[in-house]
Amino acid sequence: MSEHQLRNFSINFGPQHPAAHGVLRMVLELDGEVVERVDPHIGLLHRGTEKLIEYKTYAQATPYFDRLDYVAPMNQEHAFALAVEKLLGIEVPRRGQLIRVLYSEIGRILSHLLNVTTFAMDVGALTPPLWGFEEREKLMIFYERACGARMHANYFRVGGVHQDLPPDLIDDIEAFCDPFLKTIDDLNRLVTGNRIFKQRTVDISPTTLDECWAHGFSGVLVRAAGAAWDLRKAQPYECYEEMDFDIPVGKHGDCFDRYCVRMEEMVQSVRIMRQCVDKLRAPDGQGPVLTQDHKVTPPKRGDMKRSMEALIHHFKLYTEGYHVPAGEVYAAVEAPKGEFGVYLVADGGNMPYRCKIRAPGFAHLAAMDHLSRGYMLADVSAILGSIDIVFGEVDR
Amino acid sequence: MSEASLNQTVEGQAGADPDALGARVLQAVGADGVSARTAFGELTLDVDAGRIADVALKLRDTADLRFVCLIDICGADYPEREKRFDVVYHLLSPTLNARIRLKVQTDGQTPVPSLVEVFPAANWYERETWDMYGVIFSGHPDLRRLLTDYGFEGHPLRKDFPLTGFVEVRYDDAQKRVVYEPVALRQEFRRFDFLSPWEGVDYVLPGDEKASEQKGSGKAP
Repeated sequence: MSEHQLRNFSINFGPQHPAAHGVLRMVLELDGEVVERVDPHIGLLHRGTEKLIEYKTYAQATPYFDRLDYVAPMNQEHAFALAVEKLLGIEVPRRGQLIRVLYSEIGRILSHLLNVTTFAMDVGALTPPLWGFEEREKLMIFYERACGARMHANYFRVGGVHQDLPPDLIDDIEAFCDPFLKTIDDLNRLVTGNRIFKQRTVDISPTTLDECWAHGFSGVLVRAAGAAWDLRKAQPYECYEEMDFDIPVGKHGDCFDRYCVRMEEMVQSVRIMRQCVDKLRAPDGQGPVLTQDHKVTPPKRGDMKRSMEALIHHFKLYTEGYHVPAGEVYAAVEAPKGEFGVYLVADGGNMPYRCKIRAPGFAHLAAMDHLSRGYMLADVSAILGSIDIVFGEVDR
Repeated sequence: MSEASLNQTVEGQAGADPDALGARVLQAVGADGVSARTAFGELTLDVDAGRIADVALKLRDTADLRFVCLIDICGADYPEREKRFDVVYHLLSPTLNARIRLKVQTDGQTPVPSLVEVFPAANWYERETWDMYGVIFSGHPDLRRLLTDYGFEGHPLRKDFPLTGFVEVRYDDAQKRVVYEPVALRQEFRRFDFLSPWEGVDYVLPGDEKASEQKGSGKAP
């Protein structure tokens, strides 16, 4: 055989590929059907979020976080709000914390539902996304009823959340929980034991815990590899400390374990949601949802009509914004995809000096070469589905 | 591993006092060219650029620290300084349940040793920092641009890079391809200064140029 017939084969995966979950271009070097090298080219969705935030006041920066991981928008806002609150030294009122936790868990289910079902689609199943998206639609309506937008919420504000939840929304969220567990059972029966699904995912790209840490993994990928590491338990924020839930842990860290961890996490999220609903109805769960320090949070619309001071506060907050004391902090939340962090440098002015967004998907995609080397071409889309990337947050 | 790490995590929570941790870290890495400080309950280490790889390795391998997870690397630009760039590393120790921040100062010419050998995760983070700030990492196997366009020039997150950029793209129907053109703004880019609306501003407002001229020539009304 002459030499040029033995040459490796390079193909372009993407930028428009249904299994790429967005705009990803991957240059794959193949030896027959075995992947020799993966070179992901990212940045096709780069919008310069970090640069834009440097030119906006703190209040104007929150909507940018919705547009990062756009399948679980409020979880991102949460990290930014926590960072600014750390610098300002603000305590969020209890009802505000409960609503934040409730909506963070709704966001987690939104994200996991999308990932688990489209992952199944990537490896050949068509029904799961149809079932999953029906439930996602219900959750998005909860988003809409809380803040007016299905996706780009801008609901978590520095100091709490924008508005209180109406009582019938809390009832409806509670009514959602039980039927949803039934849907998870259905999905489990449809996918988890499925022979084809298992053939495509079991033992594909198993990772050890040491590899996970070295590559900067977080969230589901670390838990699937066997560490009970969850920021909600390890470094609790808001009122996660008083919530009763378990951390599902995998054994092998392969694609199938990642899927199983996500399925179980949805069940745990429902558990947390139920507890939030009960606590929101309890007497100590009443009160303001936003800190009452009007040097940071705007006054009520009604107050503005009567109080001159409230009017001045409103005017100042929506033009100049509030000043944040100089310093640097890093705040992280357990977003559905892993550790989502914000490194914020403030110079004492009304705009952030530097705001670095640490997206979990970035580290996961960076390890794509490591994860898929030596596997077959068809496994690449399974691995890509299992690491759960969304380009909004990878490219920023 | 899972049960053991969980126990250690719970144990570590009690010992997560940043000042005490700072003393332990300094002991482990050696105080030469390293200084520790605590702010907002977070531990920051200022490290000389030359020592960063060594310090990171010691933080990773010292038995009672185990900062094995590289969370993030990013740049920050302070143009008024002589060494204008900060490179900021965030590390996590799952066993101690503690975080640490390392900061290195550099300028646009002096390379910073790459951490790819210590943490494989550093690969893309360093590429991003190079792309966004133009900080050079020595020993990086593949220091290409990451987020910006193929053939992009400049480093967009530098403070002297304008928000609007220099070029814009559009599809040209005649040439049947995407063309690059200098940015043309329909109206001038406006940056509002809300800091001192009542004290007055320290620059000349657009349209007010004449007023100051008149004052200067003594022809005030």
